[in-house]
Amino acid sequence: MIQVEGISKRFGDFVALENVSVEVPDGSLTALLGPSGGGKSTLLRVIAGLERPDAGRVLISGEDATVTPARKRGVGFVFQHYAAFKHMTVRDNVAFGLKIRKRAKDEVRTKVDELIALVHLDGFADRYPAQLSGGQRQRMALARALAVEPRVLLLDEPFGALDATVRKELRAWLRRLHEEVHVTTVFVTHDQEEAMEVAEQIVVLNHGRIEQAGPPRDLYELPANEFVMGFVGPVNRLGDGLVRPHDLVLSPDPGEGGVEGMVARVVHLGFEVRVELTLGDGSAISAQITREEADALEPAQGDIVYVRTEAPRVFSASESERPAGTPWAPTTRDPAPASPRGRAATPSPGQRA
Amino acid sequence: MGKLALRLTAVAYLGLLLALPVGFVFYRAFEHGLGTAWQSVTTPEAEHAFWLTCEMVAIAVPLNTLFGVLCALVLVRQRFRGRALLSAAVDLPFAVSPVVIGLALILVYGRDGWFGGWLLDHGIQVIFSVPGMVLATMFVSLPFVVREVVPVLREIGTEQEQAAATLGATPLQTFLRVTLPAIRWGVAYGVVLTTARALGEFGAVSIVSGKLAGQTETLTLHVENRFQAFDLTGAYAAAVVLAIMAVATLLAINLFRPKERT
Repeated sequence: MIQVEGISKRFGDFVALENVSVEVPDGSLTALLGPSGGGKSTLLRVIAGLERPDAGRVLISGEDATVTPARKRGVGFVFQHYAAFKHMTVRDNVAFGLKIRKRAKDEVRTKVDELIALVHLDGFADRYPAQLSGGQRQRMALARALAVEPRVLLLDEPFGALDATVRKELRAWLRRLHEEVHVTTVFVTHDQEEAMEVAEQIVVLNHGRIEQAGPPRDLYELPANEFVMGFVGPVNRLGDGLVRPHDLVLSPDPGEGGVEGMVARVVHLGFEVRVELTLGDGSAISAQITREEADALEPAQGDIVYVRTEAPRVFSASESERPAGTPWAPTTRDPAPASPRGRAATPSPGQRA
Repeated sequence: MGKLALRLTAVAYLGLLLALPVGFVFYRAFEHGLGTAWQSVTTPEAEHAFWLTCEMVAIAVPLNTLFGVLCALVLVRQRFRGRALLSAAVDLPFAVSPVVIGLALILVYGRDGWFGGWLLDHGIQVIFSVPGMVLATMFVSLPFVVREVVPVLREIGTEQEQAAATLGATPLQTFLRVTLPAIRWGVAYGVVLTTARALGEFGAVSIVSGKLAGQTETLTLHVENRFQAFDLTGAYAAAVVLAIMAVATLLAINLFRPKERT
């Protein structure tokens, strides 16, 4: 278990972390999610010992590791740009930590072969990093970090430098790897889709503070504030409240409390249909409805429809401005009321931060 | 056409400025046959000059390499007040004429210098002897390793070193296994340049040496000595020895260099 208690870190005038407290349970896969400059990478580097916090404590497996140098923390770290040892072959890269620990030659060889197979780099063992693709280099970096059997695996935007297809592949692969190896893993990402897909727990960081932490579904269904709601999925503003596109109901007649809107555009997304509307006050919102609903309604550009929602979220000012340093533990919340379609979060690509 | 003209200009420039004069030195050295040339570089004075030059290189190059790598690490990896000043100071030997450097050394270490007198009282003669010449050689060849290593260090960044640290390496292990291999060609090229400069240094050494043939005469000073004595074959032959030493250094480095990997 990793416990981070009241960590603060400044770089000159810039406040990277302000009184941040987090707990990462043993064996879990946790994402630190947030916009760039939000403090997530700094937090990861503080846990790794690559950055010394100005205040606060870091405990790894119950031991205070705040002033322990990185090399003694038993962490594996994977960098966005791989940090491959360019003058070493894949085999030597992976073996590095074991050689430093002066393990017997046979043991090193067996272990390295095992790891190279685990990351599917068989046949590439004698290549140099320059002869590998980005995805292969990152898998090599993972094998290198895993070789020393770290208590904690830390990944800093591990797929950030890769193209979209490889990134998707590696996400799924990381998830499977975690099920196989089961090492406590924390990874940093600015991509909410990636966090939702891979992580069991998500910690949302913004302006050096924790906005919310919890399982992906909680964040999506029960966002603590406007920032989280907007960051983890698409949102519409309807009056004072915020609402997800698929929580909007469209009907041809006003009914009770229906808001009038004119259809500006209809986009067919396959199973779902996105209807973009212009409301009376000139604001634009978009609703996501199923194909059956669309078939019943037959919306066309210029049509007048009425928008209703059962659960617009209204955040008070105090909720959107959470006090810094509210500690978080992965508590069990009341289960979120399942949305009518009971689906996982699949926000539209345009909503990425 | 334009490409050809450009190439011709480059070749002609190098030819007239470098190849022709150097070639002529070789020609004049062996003008009276190999035997004569060999004789003139195996006189006791010439042999002494050869070994003294080797001694200068053997002391100045390792020390400047060590200092150069340390200094480059400090310049690239540390932020402190006066860093720009240190960086400028490293370039001083480039900016200041060797003659001035020689005079400056006399001011400090000479009989009437700041601690020259004190050193003499303790039996250490710096000026007009080998220690002063080593100092002068080190001074003029100081910037090369620093200037070659700094850009390489900057380019490799710190991530590989951080990775090594998280894998359990101590700072020394990280330096030896990760940083040094990554900068080795920068260091090697710096060593070649330092060696070439140390071999060829004339001005500063000339001033602090006193030019005593067979005692404080390096190869470059020997070349001048022979030239002044109208022993042209001797001068040219010694010059050829200098050139061969420099070329040998370059070849040695290239020999150890593995084929470029893609």
